[in-house]
Amino acid sequence: MSIYELVAAWFSDPGNWTGPGGIPARFAEHTAYSAAAMAVAAAIAVPLGLATGHTGRGGLLAVGLANAARALPTIGVMFLVVLAMGIGLVPVQVALVVLAVPPILVNTHEGVRAVDPGLRDAAAGMGMRGPQVLLRLELPVALPMVLLGLRTAAVQVVSTATIAAYVGVGGLGRFIFDGQNRQEFGMVAGGSLLVALMAVLVLVFFWLLRRLAVSPGLRAREAAVRE
Amino acid sequence: MGEVIRWDWIARGLEDPIGTAVLQHLQLSLVPIALGLLAALPLGVAAARWRRVYPPLLTVVNVLYAVPSIALFFLLLPYTGLTMWTAVLPLALYTLAILVPNIVDGLHQVPGHVRQAATAMGFGPLRRLVLVELPVAVPAVIAGLRVASVATISMVSVASMVGLGGLGALILREGFNNRFATPIIVGVVLTAVLAFAVDGLLVLAQRLLTPWVPRPARGRERKGVR
Repeated sequence: MSIYELVAAWFSDPGNWTGPGGIPARFAEHTAYSAAAMAVAAAIAVPLGLATGHTGRGGLLAVGLANAARALPTIGVMFLVVLAMGIGLVPVQVALVVLAVPPILVNTHEGVRAVDPGLRDAAAGMGMRGPQVLLRLELPVALPMVLLGLRTAAVQVVSTATIAAYVGVGGLGRFIFDGQNRQEFGMVAGGSLLVALMAVLVLVFFWLLRRLAVSPGLRAREAAVRE
Repeated sequence: MGEVIRWDWIARGLEDPIGTAVLQHLQLSLVPIALGLLAALPLGVAAARWRRVYPPLLTVVNVLYAVPSIALFFLLLPYTGLTMWTAVLPLALYTLAILVPNIVDGLHQVPGHVRQAATAMGFGPLRRLVLVELPVAVPAVIAGLRVASVATISMVSVASMVGLGGLGALILREGFNNRFATPIIVGVVLTAVLAFAVDGLLVLAQRLLTPWVPRPARGRERKGVR
């Protein structure tokens, strides 16, 4: 059988679409792991990035640490945390959070730093105080960068959650590693295609979020800059 | 786990497996960076010239960049087997998402009067591109190369999961599969060291290639991380 036939056969086998090891269940697991890690990472990194960006304090340190973290290999971080904490879902989640924090932090910080000082002056002139400036001006203006950071992190998390299957948890990576062990290439390729599909869905999700959440005035300005 | 770092293991394994893993890692990361640059230059030049090409090209490379490397490695495996191409081809594709926008930005930053001066000196479009526009764009290109090389050097480790070598193999096969932390720590630290070393060499290359840029000024890096 050719590779295409193997993959097509795997996808069309109804047995692969039901039960706890079926495609919908694995897809849901993968989404749940990724969403949980992203929620924790965002809860840590967005406020921190807003704070360092707004006050200008500790920004260099935060960005330096985050950039250094980018040079670390994801599988090393994942395996080290799992080895230290034992096999299970919690260590995997910890590793995913560790990998997701840096891009969110850096982009949030840079986004707030890049806010036009004229806008800040105008906000002060309108009588806004520190927290108001942050929430009503800096956050909305920095939102495209914050979303870019979240998207970068989400793509990374979805990818690393695949590797997490190697240490025995669920998710779409199961198809890849189980297929590899059983020498079933249709399953390996099918799992790989599903992971790729999920990554594209993440891009679509953030594209929609950007359309919905970013102020139309800002989008018009960006379009004008691009012309 | 006993002692976290077993120095005796490191001392015994300096040449093999550690040294071999470093060399394999360098090969698996430098080849895709070089191939990526070779492909990104014509694409970037084309996108800077014909602006309508750029948005669709950008979408394609960004979508490719989002596809996890492990998926691409396993999809390529039946075609390329356990050769370096299984890792090199996807990693080269990934660099495009960073290099192409930097090349386009770099070429767009060439001041109009510089371009006009080149034309006035009798340069045709090709000579102007090679002798004037690309050299002026070097800082932007190198800024892209720096981001791409750090990302590639850290991503190569994933290739160990399909059975290829490099520091990932040290982490996975010597370390995790034996529940032995030392090789994992060595692998993580050496990956970061390689990334910083290549980054430093690129900064040096930029100074040599653009002697006209005042010393304290550095290549304009793109904001944020990918």
